[in-house]
Amino acid sequence: MLEHLRTQLPALIVVTPLTMGLIVALIGRRQIGWYIAMATTAGVFAMTLQLLMDVLNHGERSLTYLMGNWPVPYGIAYKADPLSASVMLIVAAMAAVITFYARRSVASEVPVGKLHYFWGLWLFCITGLLGITITGDAFNLYVLLEISSLSTYTLVALGKERNRRALTSAINYLLLGTMGACFYLVGVAYLYMATGSLNIPDIAERLQPIYASWGTDAPLYQKTVIAGFAMMAVGLSLKLALFPLHGWLPNAYTYAPSAVSALLASTATKVGAYAFMRVIFTLVGVGFAFGRLHTDIALMACSGAAIIVGSWMAIRQVNVKKLLAYSSIAQIGYIALGFALANRDGMTASVIHLINHALTKGGMFLALGMVMYRLGGTRLSDLRGLGRKMPLTMAAFTAGGLGLIGVPLTSGFVSKWYLVSGCLEGGRYEMAAVVLVGSLLALIYVWRVVETIYFGKRDEEVQVREAPWTMLVPTLLLIGASLYFGINASHTAYIAQAAADYLLGAAR
Amino acid sequence: MAMIDLPPALVLMAGAVVMTAVRGRARWVVGLGAPLIALADCWYVITEGAESYLYFLGHALNPVHVHPATPVFATIFCIAALGGMLFSLHQDRRVEQSASLWHAGGALGVVFAGDMVTLLVFWELMTLGSLVVIWSGGQKHSYGAGLRYFGMHALGGVALMMGIIIVVTQRISDGSADPLVFTHFAEFAAGWPGLSWDTVGIWLVLVGMLVNVGAPPFSPWIADAYPEGSFSGTVVLSAFTTKTAVFTLLVAFAGFEALIYLGLWMACYGIVYAILENDMRRILAYSIVNQVGFMMVGIGVGTKLSIDGTAAHAFAHIVYKGLLMMSAGSVLAATGKRKCTELGGLYRTMPITMWCGIIGALAISSFPLTSGFTTKSMIVDSIGEQSELLAQAGVSHTHLIVAWFLLEAATAGVFLHAGIKFPWFVFFQKDSGLRPPDPPWNMRTAMIGFAAICIVLGIFPGILYDILPYKLEAGEYSKVVYSFEHVMTMLALLLFGGLAFFVLLPILKRKETITLDWDWLWRAFIPRLYREVLTPLLEMAQKAQKTVLETLPGKSMEDSRLPAPLARKLGSAWAVSVPVLLIVLMLLVYLVIYFVVPSI
Repeated sequence: MLEHLRTQLPALIVVTPLTMGLIVALIGRRQIGWYIAMATTAGVFAMTLQLLMDVLNHGERSLTYLMGNWPVPYGIAYKADPLSASVMLIVAAMAAVITFYARRSVASEVPVGKLHYFWGLWLFCITGLLGITITGDAFNLYVLLEISSLSTYTLVALGKERNRRALTSAINYLLLGTMGACFYLVGVAYLYMATGSLNIPDIAERLQPIYASWGTDAPLYQKTVIAGFAMMAVGLSLKLALFPLHGWLPNAYTYAPSAVSALLASTATKVGAYAFMRVIFTLVGVGFAFGRLHTDIALMACSGAAIIVGSWMAIRQVNVKKLLAYSSIAQIGYIALGFALANRDGMTASVIHLINHALTKGGMFLALGMVMYRLGGTRLSDLRGLGRKMPLTMAAFTAGGLGLIGVPLTSGFVSKWYLVSGCLEGGRYEMAAVVLVGSLLALIYVWRVVETIYFGKRDEEVQVREAPWTMLVPTLLLIGASLYFGINASHTAYIAQAAADYLLGAAR
Repeated sequence: MAMIDLPPALVLMAGAVVMTAVRGRARWVVGLGAPLIALADCWYVITEGAESYLYFLGHALNPVHVHPATPVFATIFCIAALGGMLFSLHQDRRVEQSASLWHAGGALGVVFAGDMVTLLVFWELMTLGSLVVIWSGGQKHSYGAGLRYFGMHALGGVALMMGIIIVVTQRISDGSADPLVFTHFAEFAAGWPGLSWDTVGIWLVLVGMLVNVGAPPFSPWIADAYPEGSFSGTVVLSAFTTKTAVFTLLVAFAGFEALIYLGLWMACYGIVYAILENDMRRILAYSIVNQVGFMMVGIGVGTKLSIDGTAAHAFAHIVYKGLLMMSAGSVLAATGKRKCTELGGLYRTMPITMWCGIIGALAISSFPLTSGFTTKSMIVDSIGEQSELLAQAGVSHTHLIVAWFLLEAATAGVFLHAGIKFPWFVFFQKDSGLRPPDPPWNMRTAMIGFAAICIVLGIFPGILYDILPYKLEAGEYSKVVYSFEHVMTMLALLLFGGLAFFVLLPILKRKETITLDWDWLWRAFIPRLYREVLTPLLEMAQKAQKTVLETLPGKSMEDSRLPAPLARKLGSAWAVSVPVLLIVLMLLVYLVIYFVVPSI
């Protein structure tokens, strides 16, 4: 029985939260939403862990699952490889930890009457993110992208009890997010027109003769494929919040409920980055995207600008949540820069930073959530002198901040190490310099907050206590993990290198 | 197994952690025990030649490597930590004391670093420790000085980190077997390598080290930050940061000629500013720059004798500078005053402090029978020796002759500003009316102990020479150090320096001033540049941006679709029109690139 279930893992991982989400939403106001969500995310986490083991132990390092046993390319295939399995693991792990944290935080920020919708949408969002990662079908990816996006828009809007601006940012996000998804869909349609297939490996295969025909007298579908890829690239850049298409992100992160900010920051953009890597390396192929079209140059320009502009904007913020949001834009720049380099160290940096940044930024958003829970605000003035009142929370925040700078012995250092190695290996000295400048700017914005936390004076003697342990433990767990992976990087480096090798192998 | 692998730095750092928790007598045990155990562990590692490896990103790290100069630096760092702790333990300043141990531990870690990652890690830990020591100083400007200190060292740390990453990456791509190893950069000793992609990593490493050593234009941080520690904190601060950097330069850049010029500049700079200064501890801080200048010259010359001289001088310097700082610290603790103009006539009631201060002053002026005489002169003599060799070989040696003259002059200058000026203005001069007593027993013991080391090393230099990197050369040198000619030269120099001081005394009496320095760059010039050049530029750019945005289509969406109060306040960050326009533009750009570029 268990063995049988094990073969169904790829489907179960996606279907479980989907079903449970429906159940939570339908059961109504019985206050058990959180318990179901917690059980589901914990179960999904266990399943993704098992799946990653299976994939790494599998001879070809990839597993394919056919939905309803329909053969490719007629049915939908789910494909688990080292990259998708590790991204799923990180999504599921973050989801479980943040769900554990979220019970009190959400209860204090979302009206009781809407809690069951919240937890239902929460599970849908996780469904979408996991599905995007595992699916091997370009159109199915669009569907799951919309599942996660639509639920995210609503989750962001639920922050309106705290601040009405959540509504404006949600509608803003909805408009832009929908445009991004549409662009992606149009791109898929163009490729479908050219190849007649929706299955990713199948499209990749059918594209080969098309590429081969270019440069001859009768080029097949040249304009269609190029325009299709351009559409997909723009759509995914928007989902990934890659500069200059980051406009939706700061406000959405700032005004969403704390737990939602943490979930989005640590998983949503990461999955976007993953989908982009997928499209470049396994769908259209790196030879086409980088070799022929020089998308790598455009990506590097965008990510370099993201690093500088994002960090610069972060320096200027007075709301710490927004500061972290802008810092996320910069960090996305690092991830995009890594895969734009398309060499082994760069790819490793990209994947490893995906993991490290999810842990670090997730932990920092959780720490801010506790400040929100106790003080009702996350402006810089709220954090003044909080180092004495909430020592553990603030220590976690500070440790996370050191990770953003990339101080040795934090996971950020490992990411930057690989990234700079990748830049130098690719002869991109100017990008190495950009990474350096980004670190310096990060030093400034982290320092501003840390200085306020430890040296600011609190005017009023309001009684502020340390946050409850149910919130503290997940936060410390994430920050602790990010520190651990900074000191002992062998696990993350192994996974990331396996993923990098897989993608680069697929590219050749 | 456990003992073999234990880096001595961790002993001090563990002590620092324990120090935060314990109270009462246990503080004495931890504060004095940690440096002693660390010293024992140092010599265990040095004599047993233990090597231990950790693995990081697939490369071996070695935190217990013994470089030729390690024994002398490790010993003196442990002694300095011991003296510094003894000096401060009667007061309950747990933050400062544990930070001091941490700072010393970082320095000790650098000295035993066999690879560049370990070096970097301990380097940064050391900076953190010193930052806390400065902040817990409780002086008027401690906080700001700490921030400036941290900014400066963060910059240096980032330069060092980038340099190391670049060097290591280049070594990996060259197929080096041990890419992380921390060792001499031979390509820099051969001459002046240009700034190219092959050497940029090494240059960055050099810059990182030069920041810590206080080379121009980074020198002012020393006199800015150190006097803002507490009376006991500054004693600890004066020992480690610059000397750790001297150690790393000694390992990595021995024989790099540029260091001679930087060192000469520092030697002269320190004297000029120390003579102009009024604050007694800033005088001593400037004289650190001056003394480190001697060491830099020694590193730049790069012969065996000069390297031995540098290491020996670092050892002696830490002792007598610590002694002088203790003496000044005792005065500060007893009177609460820092300025020479407010002090004077203290010899009546603080005889022990006075005598210890005088011994330190004589040692720093390299008076015969003190440690300064037996160590600093090695550097000066190594220059003479090297220039003779160059002359025999027919190579130009003018720069060495100039260096020799400047250093001899600087020796007299040291006597002027630190040897006479400090004790004269603090203990003698006019009577300030202050009648403070000598400090508590532990501070007296620490001072007397350090004074004893100064004199013992002056009379029996062989003890120190035995642990130097090149023992043989030093052994040869010990035969000539007390030759008639040598002693007479030094005495003549010093006596004329002393004469100059008393002749110039009316001019040297300080008024309360602030001396302008390189720090004008970041205190005045850069802020003014920002205010008067950059801000107008940015304002112009803003105008241009506004004009462009206002002529864009869809502008009206911005205001009309939002609730009225939001629309007024938030402006363009909330408008959907601009991001949408950007999306379309991006698509356009991609399409243009894709369709135009491949066809070119």
